[in-house]
Amino acid sequence: MKRLACLSFIFIITCALTISPALAENIVIKGSTTVLPVTQKIAEAYMKDNPDVSISLSGGGSGNGIKAIIDGATDIADSSRFIKDKEIKLAVEKGVYPVPFAVAYDCIVPVVHPGNPIQDLSMSQLKDIYMGKIRNWKKVGGPDRKIVVVSRDTSSGTYEVWEEKIMKKERVFPGALLQASSGSVSQAVSKNKNAIGYVGIGYLNNTIKAVTVNNVSASVETTLDGSFPISRALFMFTKGWPTGEVSKFINYVTNPGKGQKLVKEVGFVPLY
Amino acid sequence: MNRLLKERLMRYVFFTVATASITILLLIVAFLFREGLPIFSKVSISDFIFGKYWYPTSDPPDFGIFALISASVLVTVVSAAMSVPLGVMTAVYLAEIASFRIREIVKPLVELLAALPSVVIGFFGMVVVAPFLQDVFGIATGLNLFNAALMLAFMAIPTICSISEDAIYSVPTSLKEASLALGATRLETIIRVVLPASASGVSTAIILGMSRAIGETMVVLMVAGGAAMVPESLFDPVRPLPASIAAEMAEAPFRGDHYYALFATGIVLFLFTFMFNLIADHIAHKYKQTGEASL
Repeated sequence: MKRLACLSFIFIITCALTISPALAENIVIKGSTTVLPVTQKIAEAYMKDNPDVSISLSGGGSGNGIKAIIDGATDIADSSRFIKDKEIKLAVEKGVYPVPFAVAYDCIVPVVHPGNPIQDLSMSQLKDIYMGKIRNWKKVGGPDRKIVVVSRDTSSGTYEVWEEKIMKKERVFPGALLQASSGSVSQAVSKNKNAIGYVGIGYLNNTIKAVTVNNVSASVETTLDGSFPISRALFMFTKGWPTGEVSKFINYVTNPGKGQKLVKEVGFVPLY
Repeated sequence: MNRLLKERLMRYVFFTVATASITILLLIVAFLFREGLPIFSKVSISDFIFGKYWYPTSDPPDFGIFALISASVLVTVVSAAMSVPLGVMTAVYLAEIASFRIREIVKPLVELLAALPSVVIGFFGMVVVAPFLQDVFGIATGLNLFNAALMLAFMAIPTICSISEDAIYSVPTSLKEASLALGATRLETIIRVVLPASASGVSTAIILGMSRAIGETMVVLMVAGGAAMVPESLFDPVRPLPASIAAEMAEAPFRGDHYYALFATGIVLFLFTFMFNLIADHIAHKYKQTGEASL
């Protein structure tokens, strides 16, 4: 008899566990791997505040996220770029109206060793350095030393911004050193007086020196007013104007005291 | 009857246990090939292996891993050039020359080098050796082929030393005694008798050490620099195969071309280590020292 009671108890618990997620609200988010760390952090905090909501999160790239919004396969699409005309057309044909929400800014700063006298580099100088056309600091007004170019692995979001804003479709030359994270770029640059690298604004510290670009220094202000050239807005797209749980989540993300605080923690520039 | 049944049962249990690792290996290899082969519908095998440019995320992408292969091979060769003499000579010293007490202290210490996690060795190379190389040699960057090879040599030495020491130590005493009795000096005995007699064990040790070096990931990711080009000098940055896989796999789109290409890179790496192991096995069998007459 006791055994039966025990078994039925287990049965009830199992049922409860299987049914409860079905009762809870579920938000599906898909898209850009650049926005992923932000979304992940905010989603974790949101689920902690609202235990009955479960958020399933996956990467796959901005294009895939927007495609999923058009196909109705996701509630929110993360994107590191604005939607393209072609995609809007496709969406309208399917009767879907994607609504963009800017959630953060991504700002990439070129950095050099603190002992390097270089203060400013223009966009075209940066491009030539990364293409391997300029190989000596002398040519950009520095000491007569070889330039050691440090770049990120090609699948990172940081590299993507650099490629889009600086390289303009040209390739980074093969002699560039590759580092797998912003942390190790900063490590490599701080240990080498010949090096130049680039990191997200959240990774700046006093072991490396930020270089101004076209005489604009990188800061939250210059990113927000658009004068710093190597930055971009990050978006979340919803299918139509958001309602219910999705709209609550978007509000949470853009809330200066909640989501935007986490945006700053992950190393991006918050909206306000 | 019961005892017989038990006996048979135990046989099956042990057979299953013994085949489990082989099954797992086969499954991993099958998975590796399943995920890697689709790239060859986009790029031909020769373009993949001999292609000079590795730009997996450009539009259009280039999937050529020649620079990565040459980096892996060069780093392994240079590290072997450092670790083989050191490892084998240490082994000779420990087995033939050192007193029992020194041997008992030094051998465990050398083997302790193998216990150092590779990330620690990598960090050491990045933070200590790289700035040192920059300052002393006046080179552009300390994260380069030489630094990576040096760190890998640290990792290969314990493997090479420990296995060759066992091989040298197990050379029959009668051989050595005969040589000494004929008037050969100790050095002549070691070079002409002991080393040839233990050749198969020593070669196995060297090849296993090299296969460890070629497959090592963390160290090369941290200290090799990561430039996807064929190096022109010993102090150029390089990107060996494992470093490329480790750096890019996390964010390559699942089942995209880049993902397939990285798995195909894994296949190439697997073929390299597989070849090394085959050669080691072959040498161990062919030049096996059986009895004292075959020398």
